[in-house]
Amino acid sequence: MATFFDTLIATIALGSLYALVALGYTLVYGVLKFINFAHSDIFVLGAWTSFTSAVAVTTLLDTQGVPPWWVGALVLMLAVLVCATTGYLIERLAYRPLRKAPRLNVLITAIGVSLLLQNVGQLPGYPVVRDNVPPAAATADASAPAAQGQTLATLPFGPTPRSMPQLLPNAVLNDSAVASGTITAGSGRGQVRLDQPIEILPDRQYALVVTRTVDGEPRTTTFRLVGIEGGRIEAGTDIGTQPRRDPIDFENATYRLVLSPVVALRLIDVLIVVSSIALMIVLQYVVFHTRLGSAMRALSFNTETAALMGINVNRVISITFVMGTALAAAAAFLYTQKYTSLSQPASAVWVLLGLKAFVAAVVGGIGNVRGAVLGGFLIAGLELFGSTYSEVLITAAGGSSGIGTALRDIYVFGLLILVLLVRPAGILGTVTREKV
Amino acid sequence: MKNLAQNIADVPRSVAFRPATILVPWLACLAVALGVHHYLPMIVDEYWVNVFRRMGVFVMAAVSLNVVNGFAGQFSMGHAGFMAIGAYVAAGFSYYGSLYFRGEANVDDFMIQGTLLMLVGIVAGAFAAAGAGYLVGLPSLRLRGDYLAIVTLGFGEIIRVTLELTGKQVYDAKAFQDAPLSTLATLPFNGSTGFERVLPYANLFWVWLFVGVVCVVAYRIKNSSAGRAFLSIREDEIAARSMGIDLTKYKVRAFVLAAFLGGVAGAIYAHTGVNPSPTDAGFQRSFDIIIFVVLGGLGSLSGTAIAATLLTGLSEVLRGPESIVNSPAGVWSLAGIALALAVGSALLKAVGNRGWRVLAVASVAPVLLVCFAYLAQWLATAWGVKLSDYRMILYALLLILVMLLRPNGLLGVREVWELFGPEKPARRPGAVGPGKEPAP
Repeated sequence: MATFFDTLIATIALGSLYALVALGYTLVYGVLKFINFAHSDIFVLGAWTSFTSAVAVTTLLDTQGVPPWWVGALVLMLAVLVCATTGYLIERLAYRPLRKAPRLNVLITAIGVSLLLQNVGQLPGYPVVRDNVPPAAATADASAPAAQGQTLATLPFGPTPRSMPQLLPNAVLNDSAVASGTITAGSGRGQVRLDQPIEILPDRQYALVVTRTVDGEPRTTTFRLVGIEGGRIEAGTDIGTQPRRDPIDFENATYRLVLSPVVALRLIDVLIVVSSIALMIVLQYVVFHTRLGSAMRALSFNTETAALMGINVNRVISITFVMGTALAAAAAFLYTQKYTSLSQPASAVWVLLGLKAFVAAVVGGIGNVRGAVLGGFLIAGLELFGSTYSEVLITAAGGSSGIGTALRDIYVFGLLILVLLVRPAGILGTVTREKV
Repeated sequence: MKNLAQNIADVPRSVAFRPATILVPWLACLAVALGVHHYLPMIVDEYWVNVFRRMGVFVMAAVSLNVVNGFAGQFSMGHAGFMAIGAYVAAGFSYYGSLYFRGEANVDDFMIQGTLLMLVGIVAGAFAAAGAGYLVGLPSLRLRGDYLAIVTLGFGEIIRVTLELTGKQVYDAKAFQDAPLSTLATLPFNGSTGFERVLPYANLFWVWLFVGVVCVVAYRIKNSSAGRAFLSIREDEIAARSMGIDLTKYKVRAFVLAAFLGGVAGAIYAHTGVNPSPTDAGFQRSFDIIIFVVLGGLGSLSGTAIAATLLTGLSEVLRGPESIVNSPAGVWSLAGIALALAVGSALLKAVGNRGWRVLAVASVAPVLLVCFAYLAQWLATAWGVKLSDYRMILYALLLILVMLLRPNGLLGVREVWELFGPEKPARRPGAVGPGKEPAP
């Protein structure tokens, strides 16, 4: 049952991200009637801009651990700004000249733009942030040899996969504290000695939240307890922790022993869901209750008639692009906070992610805003439940592990084919009949 | 007697038995393949021989995709999947065949048998790919345009993941000979690592022979009644249906034919000294092939073939432009090609053939290439900028620019030989339209 709820929470979080990206696809498809293949690369741009600016800001502030909350907001703003500008430029320079061209040409151009963004993104890049030196100095003489320390971030982003710094507290919301006190070091690496006896329940996960003072500032780290069995542990017994640290680090640090919940509800998941829903409500309002929204819907219905009614077609299309890319940037920021290891910009991982979001838009009914949200959750659910449970079933049946996880793409594309065969316009889409 | 067949069956002249028309293209294929096989290794080194083998594979892939994308107008984005099916089936035949019959496949003393196995594998791979094409084509009929594109893309991905889940490869000949069928039942294609140790039986001769065969078959399809049906479906489905064309039948036929020829391309690819791996079935490879087709011109076989050749060559040149500049043979042969084309252009102009413009444009290309190579070398030495780092960026920019400036690709729907022929009479002032007599 724990697996079920874990998967459910992951589904809701991933589903909101898919939905945000799918909204970008669906908005563009609604007004321009073509698949914007470069949208997944805008997502990548958002993720890597978040990474670069986060590294720059945290290095500049020299923050240890989790930085103040406004850093996250600033990074999000930067990502949205960069992506929206890029989206506007792409539309202006690559797609607008092709407004009257066959749809296939626009599709190919989109593939070209996608290739361009991917490959510019993974150029070797100039270092913009280095360890040990203030970043301003590092940018000034970027050509100097790398004796100043390790390169933390480059522009463009380079071919190395990187790890996103943590901007939001990685807290579990529903854990319960069991004990607290002061650590009296330990006898070996990765071992701590607590100052009071504790009662350990069998088959449950415990975490040790240690707060210690480094250079006069408190620093909090969470450790997993390893090698403990159920029952009473006397004060003064050594307990193993993961990751391992030197016992000196723990000397006189305060600790909080928490019982991890069976189903962990993480702050980041809640944030993702809440902010995604907020963005979707804003979008719903804009599309259905403002003049701009009516213009967009009119354009989607019939471009020429909309132009005759006095709608500035180019402007509305530009705004739609900017909205779609901004949503992708927001989704990308949230994504980097949940899945902190970033693949290199041209990695197939990103393209697949974008494709799945596109599948979500198609399954829900492309051009339909509510359909994109529905499709996002549907695809995420199918992917995560399908892979988790087929993994469980296959390993139980004696199959090798990893097969179930590998099947997730098959499920997604299988659903796409199935839905399109039963309802060719998607679940919420309306069928348009061609008249001669 | 000459018109016997025509008289008996009342067959129109165009489809009557004409040995010259039927045989000549195949003989030409054979001659080209032999010529390439014999003379190319004299001009270029081992590396470029391999480039030419890969080039041939891409030409086949692009021409086969043109059957469904260009002729029938059904936008398929999963072509790499069909190619991968052909590749895996053919590689399975030649690898496990060598293992079964020989124990250990050694190229030198197993060459003839291995090549035979490869040919059987090519046929089997092509039929397997065609079967997959039938499976994809059948449900896809209800979909149009972008939807069809995304479904075929999904099929390609499904093929990729399925290949990643295949079992471990068997290297031990004894174990395989003991239980060949039960081993093959586990699909021993080595999962995500890719099928290893497939011997490179497809030398320049086989590659270019099959390039010729695929091109001739595709051209015959284009000029058959089925090909005309494809073209009419591409132009307007509703109009085609009202002319009595069975949409379902011809769309599936286009899919199956394209998959069959794609399977041949994949089967050859597996034998060019690469390890066929699941990534070969991925959408990125499909995109590459689509780019060839679109840049060459949807519906133009020769344009597609030229685009595939040029782009494969160009990406190699971008990989190391210095290699051209540093070898005098490279510069001189390119200069020779440019000169030959220019002379040809002048000759055509003298005899009043309108093809001189094409040759004139083509003769500039080698010159530009050499200039570009010098530019790259200068950038590398003077500025320390390695242009090969920017290879894919230039490629992407080229794609976007062609779409913006020449939306129909290199040749549009025309074939390259349609650009040659007697000069059209100059229009007299006051003429209403082509071929119309001016009003008295």
